[in-house]
Amino acid sequence: MNMHVAAWLIPALPLFAALVLALPRSERVASALTIGCSVVSFGLSIAVMCGLQMGGVLVLIAHWVEVDSLSALLLLLITLIATTAAIFSAGYIGPEHSALRTRLYYANFNLFVFSMLSIPLTVELGLVWIAVELTTLLSILLVSFSGTREALEAAWKYMVLTLLGATVAVLGVLMLFWALHVTGSTDFTWTGLRVAASVMPLALVKTAFALLLIGYGAKIGLVPLHTWLPDAHSQAPAPVCALLSGIETTVVLYVLLRLRGVFLQVPAVHVQAWFAVLGLISVGVAVLLIVQTHDFKRLFAFSTVEHMGIVLVAASFATPLGDAAAVWQILAHAVTKSFCFYAAGSALLVSGTRSIADVTGLLDKSKITAAALLVGSLAISGAPPFAVFLSELAIFRAGIVSQHYLVTGLLAAFIVIGFFGVLFHAGNMAFGRPAPGRRAWLKLPVLCGIALGIAALPVIVLGAWIPLALARLLLHSAAVLGG
Amino acid sequence: MSAWLYHLNALVLGLFILTAIAMVVMRQIGACMQVFVLQSLLLAASAFLLGGAPWSWHLFALGCVTIASKAVLIPWILRSMVPAQVYARREFSQSIDVSAILLSSLALLLAGYAAGIPLNAAAHSLSPANVSVGMAGLLIGLLQLAVRREAVPQILGILAMENGAFLVGIAIAPNFPLIAELAIAFDVPLLAFIVALLTRSVYQETGSTEVGSLTALRELL
Repeated sequence: MNMHVAAWLIPALPLFAALVLALPRSERVASALTIGCSVVSFGLSIAVMCGLQMGGVLVLIAHWVEVDSLSALLLLLITLIATTAAIFSAGYIGPEHSALRTRLYYANFNLFVFSMLSIPLTVELGLVWIAVELTTLLSILLVSFSGTREALEAAWKYMVLTLLGATVAVLGVLMLFWALHVTGSTDFTWTGLRVAASVMPLALVKTAFALLLIGYGAKIGLVPLHTWLPDAHSQAPAPVCALLSGIETTVVLYVLLRLRGVFLQVPAVHVQAWFAVLGLISVGVAVLLIVQTHDFKRLFAFSTVEHMGIVLVAASFATPLGDAAAVWQILAHAVTKSFCFYAAGSALLVSGTRSIADVTGLLDKSKITAAALLVGSLAISGAPPFAVFLSELAIFRAGIVSQHYLVTGLLAAFIVIGFFGVLFHAGNMAFGRPAPGRRAWLKLPVLCGIALGIAALPVIVLGAWIPLALARLLLHSAAVLGG
Repeated sequence: MSAWLYHLNALVLGLFILTAIAMVVMRQIGACMQVFVLQSLLLAASAFLLGGAPWSWHLFALGCVTIASKAVLIPWILRSMVPAQVYARREFSQSIDVSAILLSSLALLLAGYAAGIPLNAAAHSLSPANVSVGMAGLLIGLLQLAVRREAVPQILGILAMENGAFLVGIAIAPNFPLIAELAIAFDVPLLAFIVALLTRSVYQETGSTEVGSLTALRELL
């Protein structure tokens, strides 16, 4: 198939599914349609990946919609997680929900996936901003889906802080456009900005950087703008958590990483120092929160804050090694964290509680769930032989080679604390003495089990073996990032 | 820009700041909404004045879209979807009292001015005052978000921040490629619609729209 058609179809399919689901009485096909569209989208992303594995740019509309290796990687991750999340949803969103609510859930799910796909596809910063804003708007009602007081509170906090971030970011985008306009250029794309950056007025560039870092930083949960993240990422239904934590934060982080390339052209902005400091603060605060948490979904949400920080630190080195490690970490985190949330969602389904103390002894009750939680926790905390272990090693290596000893040392110390924090809780849940007086345990729906199995594959495989096309894609993505 | 347009724009900007501060302190939720409509009209007026001479299609379109979206559509969405009782309520639960809010607003106004000075020195804009006043409007909107505990005033706080951002935008990026129009025409009504749905759910679940009292989710230390 023509690559251009494939690239257009990737976002068009979820949009099509959402439109079909707007029809009345479509709830019977809702989950099948969503799974089908996601799988086809994923297949098309693989095709696009194979086409762009040696670098190059696929121009769909010049200066507006373009795909390069880095965006192809993001498309691949979004469609992969959308697929597993769609399968998990089929088991998770049970018949206890009314037909209308089920239909709305899947329609909203598909729209949300569409909005995330539009971020890597667009290269014009105004459009990117609209896409980021849409990811927030289209996920608010997914977060509040269960309708409980806590879910509504989480959705409200999520909405207020991320929209506040979006509003700050829009001023940053306008400011950057002003700075570009002063130089006489009108190419408001990643490449256009990179070319013009060094001759832009410094005051405008600095202000734009501050506004964009705060604005998009709020959306990826950088400390101290992280307070909404554990609430939203724990109260949403598990498949939505997987999308939010696994990939939504990552696509916004991708925007920040692309912006890094622009601001690196202006040394006076000190983008490396800001990334390192904010990244380290996020990692440090997140691992302490991991140690003290009592809720296993919040545990994984804090781990997302930690990993966003880790990628920022890797990006702060601004060396080819660091960029390669950052891209590798993005891939490893996305596949692993979505799996963790399926495991956590399964634990919630079988036990009916989010409290770590109440699910102790899970291994006796549900072997699959306990095993998934253990594997997920080991993988996400950076134990060998999983992908996160390798990518974190690569980050340390990049840090040492580029002589950022203090930053690397602190990062390593925090990651070790986080490692023991996650494993302590996971061990308690799997092997601890069963809590007395627990109510009955439920069985895990078959489709949830299947989704767990599929999501586990990349988690287990990627630590030992990477397909050649994917390895090349990672390499060229890192090159795109480095400019 | 001719002198009388310039002075007229300055008057609009002054009123804009007044509406921003009024939205923070006004206790009646319905009145807060009316002030927001007024503020959006002022934003549109500033766009028309800046776009008048030399003539700019973009600013004219932006002004029209702002009126249609923020002065007509959004109040209609919020009014028709959020229960009417909410608007008759007076909010007595603001976190800090009125004089403290006024003093903070004054400080933020100065901060906005200070932030505008280096920017205006670095590059030419259609109207330097727009940059400072818009920055101040954004910061005062942030204050509104922080001190209001009711759902509708919090949302209006976010929208007021956005008004501030676009007040800067019309002066610094008058030929921004259609994106701003798109954002205001589609994003903002969608925002109002989704937030109104959420507000309605909060009202049905808790019997009020005082979102500031939702504090169940936190770390138990």
